[in-house]
Amino acid sequence: MLGHFKRSKKATPAISTASLPDIVFILLFFFMVATRMRETEVKVKQSLPKATEMEKLEKKDLLSYIYIGAPAESYQKEFGSAPRLQLNDRLATPEEVIDFIATEKAKMRPELQNAIIIGIKCDKDADLGILSDVKTELRKANALKITYITVKDSRPTR
Amino acid sequence: MASRKLPEINASTMADIAFLLLVFFLVTTEIDIDEGINVSLPPWTDVPPPPVESQDRNTLQVLINSRNQLLVEEELADIKDLRKLARDFVMNNGRNPEWSDSPQKAVISFKGDVGTSYDMYIQVYNELRGAYNDLRNEMTRQKTSGRVARYVDLDPTTRDSLIREEIKIAIPARLSEAEPTKLGGK
Repeated sequence: MLGHFKRSKKATPAISTASLPDIVFILLFFFMVATRMRETEVKVKQSLPKATEMEKLEKKDLLSYIYIGAPAESYQKEFGSAPRLQLNDRLATPEEVIDFIATEKAKMRPELQNAIIIGIKCDKDADLGILSDVKTELRKANALKITYITVKDSRPTR
Repeated sequence: MASRKLPEINASTMADIAFLLLVFFLVTTEIDIDEGINVSLPPWTDVPPPPVESQDRNTLQVLINSRNQLLVEEELADIKDLRKLARDFVMNNGRNPEWSDSPQKAVISFKGDVGTSYDMYIQVYNELRGAYNDLRNEMTRQKTSGRVARYVDLDPTTRDSLIREEIKIAIPARLSEAEPTKLGGK
């Protein structure tokens, strides 16, 4: 017993933490490579529907997003609770889609401008009315490739 | 002189700095996991498109109303049966006189209402697209004797492109979408 207590009083050698920064740096590099910067703050509700037949979106440089849904609670005082669409950082009307497409196209290389893909992130509870208005404007703006962003349905296929 | 030891630089704060950077990246970035159902819209014309011939045997009419009910060829249907229905319709090959002559002629026409929920719309679209995808995948397995499982995996840069073309002609996967009706608007 006595011997045991004596030993515990001896100072244990400090664990070297010199490799800790290396570990954290590896984590850091992983996150830098695997993620991309958040570009916009989404101001509308976004609970995406589930589907099974989607494809991975590989050409990120061709992709621009349109968000549709009811305004988030903190914005409902200002914008009401009817589904709205969001372009870049603000809530907009379907008529503004044409201008939005024009600016998005202007950011791209000229040879790629007609290959622009519009990712539609639409809330489950939004109705088809606003989506249809947006699609009409997209057709007018000649942005004909769209993709409905959905979440993978994990249920077994029927 | 030469044997004097250099004082060790304390590196314990390095971890703190790295953690700060890590937290910064965790907060400002997002992991990209987006997947989507690709759709090609028809070009804009000022002339309204001709109404779809609903009596035509080669057209399967799928309607959704503002209460998210599904109507297939003027009969109420369940979303669970839609994929099989669409599939049977396309692969009818003239057997049932009310359904399509051949997969090449078959068109699935699909129309919602302004009050239909986006969730329902995506489910229906998913099932119809799924029916076509299933058929194409089955044909892919048949043509490649099981080597390639899915149509999208056929590599267009190799000889598989021939098979891809062949399947595309055999099953054109025509899905036409009409402007939604305006009965259930809010």
